[in-house]
Amino acid sequence: MSIEPIGTRPRRTFDPTRMMIYLVLAVAAIYYLLPLYVMIVTSLKGMPEVRLGNIFSPPVEITFEPWAKAWDTACTGLYCEGLKVGFWNSMQILIPSVVISIAIASVNGYALSFWRFRGAEVFFTILIFGSFIPYQVMLYPLVIITRELGIFGSLTGVIFIHTIFGMPILTLLFRNYFASLPQELFKAARVDGAGFWGIFFKIMVPMSPPIFVVAIILQVTGIWNDFLFGVIFAGTKNFPMTVQLNNIVNSSQGVKEYNVNMAATILTGAVPLAIYFLSGKYFVRGIAAGAVKG
Amino acid sequence: MAHQARPNPYFRNLNAKVAATPMILTTLIVFVGCSVWTVLYSFSASRALPVNEFVGFAQYDRLFNTSRWTKSVGNIAVYGIFSLVFSLVVGFILAAFMDQKIRFENTFRTIFLYPFALSFIVTGLVWQWILNPTLGLQKAVRDLGWESFTFDLIAHRDTVIYALLIAGIWQGTGFVMALMLAGLRGVDEDIWKASRIDGIPKWKTYIFVVIPMMRGVFVTTLVIIASGIVRLYDLVVAMTSGGPGIASEVPAKYVYDFMFARGNVGQALAASTVMLTTVLIILIPWIYLEYGSKKPK
Repeated sequence: MSIEPIGTRPRRTFDPTRMMIYLVLAVAAIYYLLPLYVMIVTSLKGMPEVRLGNIFSPPVEITFEPWAKAWDTACTGLYCEGLKVGFWNSMQILIPSVVISIAIASVNGYALSFWRFRGAEVFFTILIFGSFIPYQVMLYPLVIITRELGIFGSLTGVIFIHTIFGMPILTLLFRNYFASLPQELFKAARVDGAGFWGIFFKIMVPMSPPIFVVAIILQVTGIWNDFLFGVIFAGTKNFPMTVQLNNIVNSSQGVKEYNVNMAATILTGAVPLAIYFLSGKYFVRGIAAGAVKG
Repeated sequence: MAHQARPNPYFRNLNAKVAATPMILTTLIVFVGCSVWTVLYSFSASRALPVNEFVGFAQYDRLFNTSRWTKSVGNIAVYGIFSLVFSLVVGFILAAFMDQKIRFENTFRTIFLYPFALSFIVTGLVWQWILNPTLGLQKAVRDLGWESFTFDLIAHRDTVIYALLIAGIWQGTGFVMALMLAGLRGVDEDIWKASRIDGIPKWKTYIFVVIPMMRGVFVTTLVIIASGIVRLYDLVVAMTSGGPGIASEVPAKYVYDFMFARGNVGQALAASTVMLTTVLIILIPWIYLEYGSKKPK
């Protein structure tokens, strides 16, 4: 702030080009915000008001009844226990999946950047390109494998699958990060006699909180939002929140309660949204990591 | 004596090899092994369970004679082309506007990107509600007095795919914008100075200088979105369940339904092999472009 700019002061007059830029951005912002607004207002209305009014009008009489119903008693075909079941299932899937996949991938990325051995890069390259293969191609063999291992249709099964499919992006993330750390650090530790695990836990991990944060954001949003693996590998008892939400909203019986549906939708989106709004620039770094080539 | 002192090469970096075991197993068993298995058994006569009776291209023959499959392929082609063009163009324009040293940049970015944090299920259900012909947007506009206003894309066979498109674009364009913005920030300031001195208009600099410079970003973004489009599944399940009729079916849903609901594994495997081939057609030129010159050793 103390440095004085050189040259003529920019004119602070009406500039049609800039006005147009702001106008376009504002219109786009409205399009992006509209669904969130509709979700919130619909979830706060009673059903008569939903039927009579229009979807954009704010609630005349605010009610939290739909939220309570969505969480506690909404029906998914057979059971009427609400979304809370799915929420706790998702948590049980999420926490071990995130911890295990990051633990494996960080050690892996570290091995790839400091302890290269013949063939390592080849496996890594195949892994990265393999991550573009549609999941559908690998589904049936994975069903057979998990069935043989006795974990098909269980929490362990779906955690196993999330760990596998998180590996390409996470390994890439950690490998690129560790590769950016100075080699001298590693060499100095080697000279001092530190081994593979010693260097990892005493030097690498303490230097890498940011990349662990990025990895956690990436995995939490990715795993929470998953539908396909949950519906196939978790088993009916352990359906994650996304699957339950879809069952509640798209179940054919009964009168459609749009307010309850929207409350349920917000509840399911709440975890990744909270992560998103709290993490700010880390989220952008996390998703941009997918675009960084190896 | 000397050769005895040398450690066995297989045990060199043993810890690193142990650490890389999960990656190696995943690569070999899942990404290579499972894919090869699927391609192989797509040539078998498998029905409810995979069988070792190989019948050549019979499954593919049946696949491409199934109206549901050809409809699925047509749908994903329409969805793919529109969503690629639209998200790249709009994503780039938004990014270019965001790059004009505007105020509230962070606010705008937060708004454009938040849908990307939401799942396709959430996205699909919200738009299903907004596009609901009896209670949604259409009714809201009619209530304002425009009685003949019609916006019921989701209810008609010919237009339901555009309803999916609206939702898909809403969810994904912010991501493209973020990648493009990162690309624009990587463009050398001197380019802008030079073009200003030469008196070249800004839009011309974008089209003839900056976009060609960002070729890498464009290609990478294209590959990421395109391989995402091929696996489009959750959005359809949440928003339309493939309906009305089979009007919004997509290949990934064909695979799932035939594999788990209809018990016709052979068809599902043939369909997923077609999906794999499509992705390889997208991927191989990219690998060639990006890595062809400097092959990994």
